[in-house]
Amino acid sequence: MTKRKNYAVVLSAVVLVCCGALILGQKVNAAGEGKITGTVKLDGAAPHMKGIDMSKDPYCVKAHASDPAHLETYVVGADGGLENVVLYIEGWTGSAQVSTAVPVFNQKNCVYTPHVLALDTGEAFKVTTSDQTAHNIHPLPNPMNNVGWNQSQPPGAPAIEKSWKNPEVIPVQCNIHPWMHGWFVVVKGPYATTDADGKYTITGVPPGSYTVTAWQEQSGTQTQKVTVAAGASATADFTFKAK
Amino acid sequence: MRTRLRKWSLLLGAAAVLALPLTSWAQLTQFDLEKTLNAESHVGNVTGRAKDAAASYRRYCVGCHGTLGDGEGENAVWMDAPMYQKPRNFQLGVFKCRSTPTGTLPTDQDLYDAITRGFDRSNMPQWNTLSKQERADLVAWVKHFSPRWAGEKPGTPITVPPEPEVTAERIKAGRDVFARVQCWKCHGVQGMANGPSASTLTDDLGRPIAPFNFTDGSRPKCGDTDQDIYRIFMTGLDGTPMPSFADNIKPEEAWDLVFYLRTFMAQKSKEKGLAKQLALKPVDPNAPAGQQ
Repeated sequence: MTKRKNYAVVLSAVVLVCCGALILGQKVNAAGEGKITGTVKLDGAAPHMKGIDMSKDPYCVKAHASDPAHLETYVVGADGGLENVVLYIEGWTGSAQVSTAVPVFNQKNCVYTPHVLALDTGEAFKVTTSDQTAHNIHPLPNPMNNVGWNQSQPPGAPAIEKSWKNPEVIPVQCNIHPWMHGWFVVVKGPYATTDADGKYTITGVPPGSYTVTAWQEQSGTQTQKVTVAAGASATADFTFKAK
Repeated sequence: MRTRLRKWSLLLGAAAVLALPLTSWAQLTQFDLEKTLNAESHVGNVTGRAKDAAASYRRYCVGCHGTLGDGEGENAVWMDAPMYQKPRNFQLGVFKCRSTPTGTLPTDQDLYDAITRGFDRSNMPQWNTLSKQERADLVAWVKHFSPRWAGEKPGTPITVPPEPEVTAERIKAGRDVFARVQCWKCHGVQGMANGPSASTLTDDLGRPIAPFNFTDGSRPKCGDTDQDIYRIFMTGLDGTPMPSFADNIKPEEAWDLVFYLRTFMAQKSKEKGLAKQLALKPVDPNAPAGQQ
């Protein structure tokens, strides 16, 4: 009986320690920041991206006269590099990342540039328009998590400056041009978005062990464990399958 | 002995479950709602108390808005968009008719007015037969459904400047605003809800929704006075495709637009008469900016 009791005590201790480890997570010192870098690729051939019928708005049709618009669910570059994948550190507990430049989410030729905008919680960003047609910018967060809004941007409208309070993947749409879909990917802590070749670098990462998460709008998320040494660069490559 | 072990593992299991962070924002339960029963509202000099509204909510509202305020009452399945809007889900804390900027909570007075006014072209009737106190209590009850009121304050109501005199110049200027901010994209050049984007509009929950038709005699959902119409396009109707134009229409111009919108409406008005004299043409969407 005592044996069984001991067993139970040990088991509960293990569970408690595990919980503690999960909660306290990465306790790291701030000196000698390193970085996490890598490439995100798409496995296999790039899926066909449907063209967009913009005939609702002649301005948009004209803007794409020589360069037809396509969906941007998978944007695949050279050697299968996957663009618009957001990489961030799971369960980040460090201080907020101080960014100097204000990220811009622009409406140009009736599509969003960039298609995916990664942001830190509380980080200010701007919504601008380069178009000579009216848009309404309408992010759709879970109302119980972030506060959504819906503002018009007719031609020549001033920039809108906003920020998001809590981490969330927030779809954004224009009701006037129903094909316009983009994403605000709000995370806690440092992040990076892959470029046209699928390459990324998360900077400002203090030494320690981390779980890196890669988010792709259609394929979902993947994680990988990495260890960053002081002032060094750790590598985490990801491969997604088209869905 | 065996029972002991079972007891231990049960306890451990319970501890592990309780230790999991509650990150899910899904449906609130009766249990969650009981914690906010002390919600209050202040409408004029009347103080509404949520706990006093339980009976009237059950009697008048629950059939459509549901016991949990999620808009899933037993009648909800019979209301089909876009002809009939679904009952509001109070848990989300997102409201169309506000005097406050887009993305903010409405004031108690806004909710009170919505209950009093009802919603044209919907199953929500006017509740002006209820006493002031009953309506104020119901406002507090509506608020107790959403966790947004625990952490946020209502927005600051926008300022509506005094209404100027209607003139032919103002109506013409209103037409220019209508062309510039492109209201016609959804509402159509004659306000008949047949703009190029009208057919594909959806609300925040992805359900089809129609823009307001100014010409068929129906009343705007958030009120029929000139002040109401001013507020509608300056604050936007949250939860719907109708955005806020506060950044792009100056207060002066906003009155011009109100007057121009009146010229579309079926109801007789001074604006309608003036527009007839002016022989105003609908805006031309294909003309270059400034010459529409």
